[in-house]
Amino acid sequence: MNLHGWGRYPIVDAQVTQVQREASALQLLENAQSKQQVLTPRGLGRSYGDSSLGDHVIDFSLQNRLINFNQESGLLECEAGTSLRDILNVFIPKGWFLPVTPGTQFVTVGGAIASDVHGKNHHLDGSFSQYIESFRILTGTNEVLECSADQRPDLFRATCGGMGLTGLILTAKLRLRPIKSSDILCRSIRAENLEQLIALFDEHVDSPYSVAWIDCLKGGAHLGRSILMLGEHAEDGPLQVAGDAGLTIPKLFPGELLNHTTISAFNTLYYHRSPKTMAAQRMSYRPYFYPLDSLNDWNRMYGRKGFVQYQFMIPKTSGANSMRKIIEAIAASGKGSFLAVLKTFGPGNNNDLSFPGEGWTLALDFRFDDGVLELLDRLDEMVLDVGGRVYLTKDARLKAQSFRRAYPNWEKFEATRARYGAHGRFASAQSLRLGLL
Amino acid sequence: MKRILIIGATSAIAEATARVFAARGDALVLAGRDTQQLSRIADDLKIRGAAQANTLELDANDFAKHESAIQQATDHLGGLDIALIAHGTLSNQSDCEKDFSLALKELNSNAISVMSLLTVLANRMQAQKSGQLAVIGSVAGDRGRPSNYVYGTAKAAVATFCEGLRARLYSHNVNVLLIKPGFVDTPMTAAFKKGPLWAKPDLIAKLIVRALDRRAAIIYTPSFWALIMLIIRSIPRPIFVRLKL
Ligand SMILES: Cc1cc2nc3c(=O)[nH]c(=O)nc-3n(C[C@H](O)[C@H](O)[C@H](O)COP(=O)(O)OP(=O)(O)OC[C@H]3O[C@@H](n4cnc5c(N)ncnc54)[C@H](O)[C@@H]3O)c2cc1C
Ligand SMILES: NC(=O)c1ccc[n+]([C@@H]2O[C@H](COP(=O)([O-])OP(=O)(O)OC[C@H]3O[C@@H](n4cnc5c(N)ncnc54)[C@H](OP(=O)(O)O)[C@@H]3O)[C@@H](O)[C@H]2O)c1
Repeated sequence: MNLHGWGRYPIVDAQVTQVQREASALQLLENAQSKQQVLTPRGLGRSYGDSSLGDHVIDFSLQNRLINFNQESGLLECEAGTSLRDILNVFIPKGWFLPVTPGTQFVTVGGAIASDVHGKNHHLDGSFSQYIESFRILTGTNEVLECSADQRPDLFRATCGGMGLTGLILTAKLRLRPIKSSDILCRSIRAENLEQLIALFDEHVDSPYSVAWIDCLKGGAHLGRSILMLGEHAEDGPLQVAGDAGLTIPKLFPGELLNHTTISAFNTLYYHRSPKTMAAQRMSYRPYFYPLDSLNDWNRMYGRKGFVQYQFMIPKTSGANSMRKIIEAIAASGKGSFLAVLKTFGPGNNNDLSFPGEGWTLALDFRFDDGVLELLDRLDEMVLDVGGRVYLTKDARLKAQSFRRAYPNWEKFEATRARYGAHGRFASAQSLRLGLL
Repeated sequence: MKRILIIGATSAIAEATARVFAARGDALVLAGRDTQQLSRIADDLKIRGAAQANTLELDANDFAKHESAIQQATDHLGGLDIALIAHGTLSNQSDCEKDFSLALKELNSNAISVMSLLTVLANRMQAQKSGQLAVIGSVAGDRGRPSNYVYGTAKAAVATFCEGLRARLYSHNVNVLLIKPGFVDTPMTAAFKKGPLWAKPDLIAKLIVRALDRRAAIIYTPSFWALIMLIIRSIPRPIFVRLKL
């Protein structure tokens, strides 16, 4: 069947098998070996490009049972296909929240480990895998191995951020975070340019959550015109699960509409709120963390050709000016989405391929059009030249040599994969492109 | 809190339905063949809020065990408010055509075992003068089609059985709900190409629980299947025999 990631580019013809029981995963792996089939694990397909695409895809999204929960410590054990939404729905009423969450709830625990996802709290709390006590993984040696930072640390560090290339994650133990309320206190602050924004990030480094929307069309003195949004969990209020989304985007949607929607949202916030700083507003966790989840299938907004998202990070040591230059190049190209998301990262961890590292990250969409691939290649060069890297879970086009420059630990990663029999057993359309066979 | 027995509890539709029950704090007994998977599901349901979730090993084709299994479930729950019969197998039509012993096996799994279980459950509920029996049939039972008439026959037999049983139990305050799903994306239909008519088990589950709440008699899930089947049932026979559906 035709399968694609969230960006709807590329589309590949894949044979998809759902696993619902652990026993069938093992059987599947053995069958694949005898038929010499290479497997690609997949969760909810929220990676943008080709990370979860391949000839033989193993769909984990129905392998989604909760196994154990300790109400004192907040340690949850669950199957890898459990979605973050499911976890929130069950545990918010009990006073627990995700320790780290990406910008959508429709992500599985397995996918979150494989991409070592980050949230708006990375500057203080790090990324998802840092809250994984342990996981069990089915490796190319046909065994189920228990893994943690202490037990088989090599396999742990290769699997967290390892894009599903070390084996099939079956179950995981995740430390939830206690909350007193499901509400978020949110404050937005205007910044006139990039330098101001970065100063504001530094000033508010203690804010538990922070992220900025930045206008990518403005150049010159106003380059980096943006709104910084700070957030924290309220100390009182309800512990209430937010209702489900209603709006669905029709199949073929004129591509420009997303830009119009975001432009008007930004302008409303930017121009029509006169004070530079707004007083804290109380809102449910859902509009704060998952604003786009209320539009089902919003990825269709870019129309038939799909889109690519480009997310890169620049180390702090390279200076804000290198970020300025890249935004200038994007603005000059006129191809990027109007809005981009910028945030600061705290120190990275020691996983082989995890994306975050101390510095800044910017993410924006490019509709799949002529010239986009060439532009992104040029941006890669700029990013790599200052010691930055590109986020694999958003990627659909990075070149193998650029990958190796961006992720110098790739050789260590490959050595670990070899030790656990992953070569020729687990790969994806992306990994083959990047030279990870 | 309702006391609920689910037979064929490892089914994807049954599991999704059990999660809706669990979130409401109901007490559950899960009966089925794969005991390892049943206890995985039971643990999950307890975390999701089920007042209790016990497992019970039962092969639906082991008719001799029906009485004792239902007794055991009732003991676990301290009574019985709802029983959901969900087990089933999608028969391989062409194999059944070549070898009737296979067809017989399919009829046992999909019809006779259901009737046997319903008989035991009905007698108990009639005696207690309360309760609901819910059975998963199928739109396939609405008309015999060349592509799957053995499976369709079994589901049709269950439908007729339920109709009679419903009338028998009506004055005893017991409801019989027949659920007729259309195409549902579950392991049973893993080999099928999916299209816009396909539904997820979660949706079917919500519709089942809603129908139980209003003590409905027959539901098509999702409801647009009522219309599709109305059209299919009304195709004149001379045309129907040529359609090769
Ligand atoms: C609207 C939106 C906002 C987002 N915001 C953020 C954000 O703020 N921060 C961030 O970090 N990311 C973000 N993402 C990206 C998303 O969090 C990641 O792509 C995530 O990995 C998707 O999880 P998934 O379950 O959909 O996995 P998929 O997309 O299906 O797979 C992703 C990777 O995980 C692997 N994988 C999946 N399941 C398993 C398993 N059981 N065992 C082994 N490997 C497995 C796959 O092989 C693949 O390499 C966002 C995505 C969207 C659509
Ligand atoms: N999926 C559809 O499109 C669809 C459409 C209409 C109707 N239905 C009906 O919906 C019901 C549930 O099916 P599903 O779609 O959820 O498929 P499923 O996940 O494959 O479930 C079928 C279940 O039936 C169980 N089972 C089979 N024979 C059994 C036996 N002898 N004893 C005990 N359990 C037995 C299986 O148990 P094991 O775990 O032991 O194998 C399996 O869990 C079935 O009655 C099916 O006919 C399905």
